[in-house]
Amino acid sequence: MVSVVTFTPLLGALVLLFLKREHEKGARWIAFATSLLTFVLSIGLLCSFDSTVGTFQLVERAPWIPDFGIDYHVGIDGISLFLVLLTTFLMPLIFLSAWGDVHKRIKEYMILFLVLETGMIGAFVAIDLFLFYVFWEVMLIPMYFLIGVWGGARRIYAAIKFLIYTMVGSLLMLVAILYLAYLHNTDTGAVSFNLLQLYDLHIPPQAQLWMFAAFVLSFAIKVPLFPFHTWLPDAHVEAPTGGSVILAGVMLKMGTYGLIRFAIPLFPQAAYIAAPILISLAVIGIFYGALVAMVQPDLKKLVAYSSVSHMGFVVLGLFAFNMQGTQGAVFQMLNHGISTGALFLLVGVVYERRHTRLISEYGGLWKQMPIYATIFLVTMFSSIGLPGLNGFVGEFLILLGAFKAIIFVDGSAALSLWSAIYMLTAISGVVLGAVYMLWMYQRVMFGPLENEENKKLTDLSCREVLVFAPLLALMVLMGLFPNPFLSRMEKSVDVVVARMAPEQKVHYSDAQGKTEKNTVVAQTEHTR
Amino acid sequence: MEHAHAAATAAVHTVTYLRWIVFLPLIGVLFNLFVAPRTGRRGVNLVAPGVILGAFLVALTAFFDLKELAPGSALVDSVYPWITAGELHIDFALRVDALSAVMILIVTGVGFLIHVYSTGYMAHDEDFARFFTYLNLFTASMLLLVLGENLALLFVGWEGVGLCSYLLIGFWYTDPEKAKAGNKAFIVNRIGDAGFLLGMFLLFWTLGEQGIWTLSFSEIQTNIDKLAVMPSVITAICLLLFVGATGKSAQIPLFVWLPDAMAGPTPVSALIHAATMVTAGIYMMARLHFLYTLSPDALSIIAWVGAATAFFAATIGFAQTDIKKVLAYSTVSQLGYMVLGVGVGAYGAGVFHLMTHAFFKALLFLGAGSVIHGMHEEQDIRKMGGLLKRMPITGWTFLIGCVAIAGVPGLSGHYSKDLILEEAYGKSILLYVVGTVGAGMTAFYMFRLFFVTFWKETRASHEMTHHIHESPWTMTLPLVILAGLSIIGGWHFVFPVSQWLEPIFGGHHPHVPAIIQFMPTVMGFLGIALAYMMYGRKANPAEGMEEPLDAWHKGALHKWYIDEMYDAVIVRPMTALADGLWKVIDVKVIDATVNDTAQVTGIFGGALRLWQTGNVQNYAMSFLIGAMAIFGLGYYLW
Repeated sequence: MVSVVTFTPLLGALVLLFLKREHEKGARWIAFATSLLTFVLSIGLLCSFDSTVGTFQLVERAPWIPDFGIDYHVGIDGISLFLVLLTTFLMPLIFLSAWGDVHKRIKEYMILFLVLETGMIGAFVAIDLFLFYVFWEVMLIPMYFLIGVWGGARRIYAAIKFLIYTMVGSLLMLVAILYLAYLHNTDTGAVSFNLLQLYDLHIPPQAQLWMFAAFVLSFAIKVPLFPFHTWLPDAHVEAPTGGSVILAGVMLKMGTYGLIRFAIPLFPQAAYIAAPILISLAVIGIFYGALVAMVQPDLKKLVAYSSVSHMGFVVLGLFAFNMQGTQGAVFQMLNHGISTGALFLLVGVVYERRHTRLISEYGGLWKQMPIYATIFLVTMFSSIGLPGLNGFVGEFLILLGAFKAIIFVDGSAALSLWSAIYMLTAISGVVLGAVYMLWMYQRVMFGPLENEENKKLTDLSCREVLVFAPLLALMVLMGLFPNPFLSRMEKSVDVVVARMAPEQKVHYSDAQGKTEKNTVVAQTEHTR
Repeated sequence: MEHAHAAATAAVHTVTYLRWIVFLPLIGVLFNLFVAPRTGRRGVNLVAPGVILGAFLVALTAFFDLKELAPGSALVDSVYPWITAGELHIDFALRVDALSAVMILIVTGVGFLIHVYSTGYMAHDEDFARFFTYLNLFTASMLLLVLGENLALLFVGWEGVGLCSYLLIGFWYTDPEKAKAGNKAFIVNRIGDAGFLLGMFLLFWTLGEQGIWTLSFSEIQTNIDKLAVMPSVITAICLLLFVGATGKSAQIPLFVWLPDAMAGPTPVSALIHAATMVTAGIYMMARLHFLYTLSPDALSIIAWVGAATAFFAATIGFAQTDIKKVLAYSTVSQLGYMVLGVGVGAYGAGVFHLMTHAFFKALLFLGAGSVIHGMHEEQDIRKMGGLLKRMPITGWTFLIGCVAIAGVPGLSGHYSKDLILEEAYGKSILLYVVGTVGAGMTAFYMFRLFFVTFWKETRASHEMTHHIHESPWTMTLPLVILAGLSIIGGWHFVFPVSQWLEPIFGGHHPHVPAIIQFMPTVMGFLGIALAYMMYGRKANPAEGMEEPLDAWHKGALHKWYIDEMYDAVIVRPMTALADGLWKVIDVKVIDATVNDTAQVTGIFGGALRLWQTGNVQNYAMSFLIGAMAIFGLGYYLW
């Protein structure tokens, strides 16, 4: 079942390969139908998912390269389930939106997207590390071409920047993966890339740190975590709308997914030691991304920098190492996929009509496009994290979890200068998120309609409303009823959090031991 | 109710109808959004106020059900579990006790009158459906804020009303100034909300470390003794939540958004920016009175912030010439009194003043709206005058509002404000003095407003004078009803609010000397007299208001330049920093580093490329050399 979902898009791509060029228009329909079918099939995953189990389910396994212990080994748990669903959900919407904005090499565009979809789903469901790496790389190539061929003016620069950044990271990860398999060999006498077996390895802290660093670097670039983020604005600005949506909606999540699936549970000790650094970077990213978003003159760049800020929240939640933070982080991954995906689609709508993304070119659009403005409004508040919509649930849980991790030491609130700075910077994202969004919205939608070009704008067509309706529905649904999502991911998140618990307990008992010792010393002194 | 005879002690009763108090306005929202385009104005005028009336009736039912129960009882409606994550459980549950009962009656009652009024006020606006969508959504959010059984749900309403405030301030969005005022309101409130969130987190985890995982008000109250051992943590929680209150209830230092909020349609100013939303901070602290009571330090800070705001805003009210701006600063000032009430531990008095203020301030704003409507969007009081003759209902009801807020005995404002000041006297004579002087100032600037707007002869242009007319009945009827409420709202035998709230806050009334009791009233009369001498007596009350001359006057008119200061100290440096970060860190530092690395790699690549010329002969040549070398090596070794 998992494999069927994974490879259906690839099948569609194969069909497209044989499509004659004179029937190119049909490519849209084939791609749309394939992605819709994939989505329906992935709903099947949701239906057969058992939320009482925290480990992998619907597992499929076959030997692939037995000599090196490499298997074709896929399955889902409560974390990957929703990321797969997010991917299959966004894909039909992208094809639907492409009716308006893709006019050259339609067939190739569709093929690349379908290959990309298989790559993304594959990376989410892979349990074998080698298989994961293969899918991870498969994702990269179509995206490179999507930016390089269908992109804007500086598309070549952006595409190469994207490729080099990601490649550097993934090469280090490959080395770490191979070393991990080698360690398994020295430990047990057999090479293995099986994640489940690798989880049980006892890795010395020093080695953990090195491998953790390699994994984290690779994922941090993908997230992107400050200061590895500068490829993102360029890639987004140059990418076609669909590319931006997938990039922001799914591919960035690949980074945070990698953290929660591999980096943290494989190397818990290293993760615990490195947490302060990652929390710092996450918090800086939240603040920095929001500030820089505030002064962007280009709509797409603004949304791109807002991603840096929002993904900072996700990383912050992951490194809180408690249920609230981690569940919030996974939930926020979905939120970000939906609301930022929608934001890029919305920018695409006006770009397609006016061929500019400069905020200063717009103004007073509400008068001309009320439906568009209303949809934008809801999406914006979803991104700002207004209660009642999805964004709030994620942000609230993350900040709640982070508060515990940052402020509470050994079971009671202990405020130091640094923890105060951390927490205030993190929470400033809540305020600044509203600042850059509202300022942008006001300049685009409100005010008088002065620009002659804008007076010709038409409101959303039926097809375009169809693109946004499911996104808006999910924003409201996930905001009002987050529990059906949270309960399904709970057990799997618990597995990850439980792996971190010993680390925290060690630390906690250490601290307690110290205080006990101190009291003993104090007592002996007293008796003297 | 059948439980009545058994319920000698306070109890919690489960019901399932409370949700309709919130759902009915939401149905109105959906109607205005999706059905209104088909039904047109008539459908909206019927449904939008209709759903609020429905909510009012349900609220009334709840009130009477509660009355049947023993004092201190509550009705609870658990709708569904909202968020569950680890130990965190947040239920979508609504609760009516004595406090929230008063609040929902105010919100739905005053809200209904303002909805009716709006059908008249917005009669000529083509965007009426959007207006009522927002207004209904606001009412739903406000009711959720009040009914929410836990801090998180209260926060949902809290942010929801902020959203509607944003949307309604910028309702006439083609004016960029109005849109910016909306932004300012939302952003300033968000600063407060960040504090609120931190307070909520600290409370949650502190209790959690004691094994109590909850955000529910009743459960926090039950376990309050577990917190009582940590006074400094309680103070921190109280002050962080209070930061939220300074945003929503427009206290120093976050009050700056409220005067600008007057950019919205006047019924909005009446409902949201006077009667209901801005009182959310006071309600929240009253709701958590059991927590605040444990922190005398926090309370004394709160009392001083309230008193300072009451006084400070009054000074600005002296100089304003825009009819709505005067009322806006008066609102800030009156909210200061409510906060002062909370700060001196007189929660009941604070809520009592919240109610009377809702009556008379809604009345004043709606009166101002009627004036603006009749004067064709004129808001400058210097261009008015003599309106009492031309708009008698508006004028006389407005006078009743002014008398009520001035604290004249017999009308509502007198009773509630004096109660707060008496309690303040019990804590600190200084607080009492500041509050009492403020009371005199209130009377002065309100009657200044009245004399300049309604007294003597009109100063409007001849053509304008011709068009001035009394408003339609949909607008004047709410004025009359609110005027009635402003009179009787303080009468104990009609609205026994203090007694009704006693089971929640406990009852204690300080005995104060007679002179302390009379002083605020004396100050009120002094203020009125002074206003009459300076404005009412003159043939042209607006004389001398044209050019503010002295520095004091000018400073007050420009709100003591607080906005300019915030702009210079916070907004500008922040945008400059942002611009710098982008252009220096992103472009100069990170990108340049990466590009330099790429260039170095490029040079290496270039060197290697010399090797790869693409020339087949060269390749053949190297192949040959290579092959010979291998052969040579092999031959040598062999």
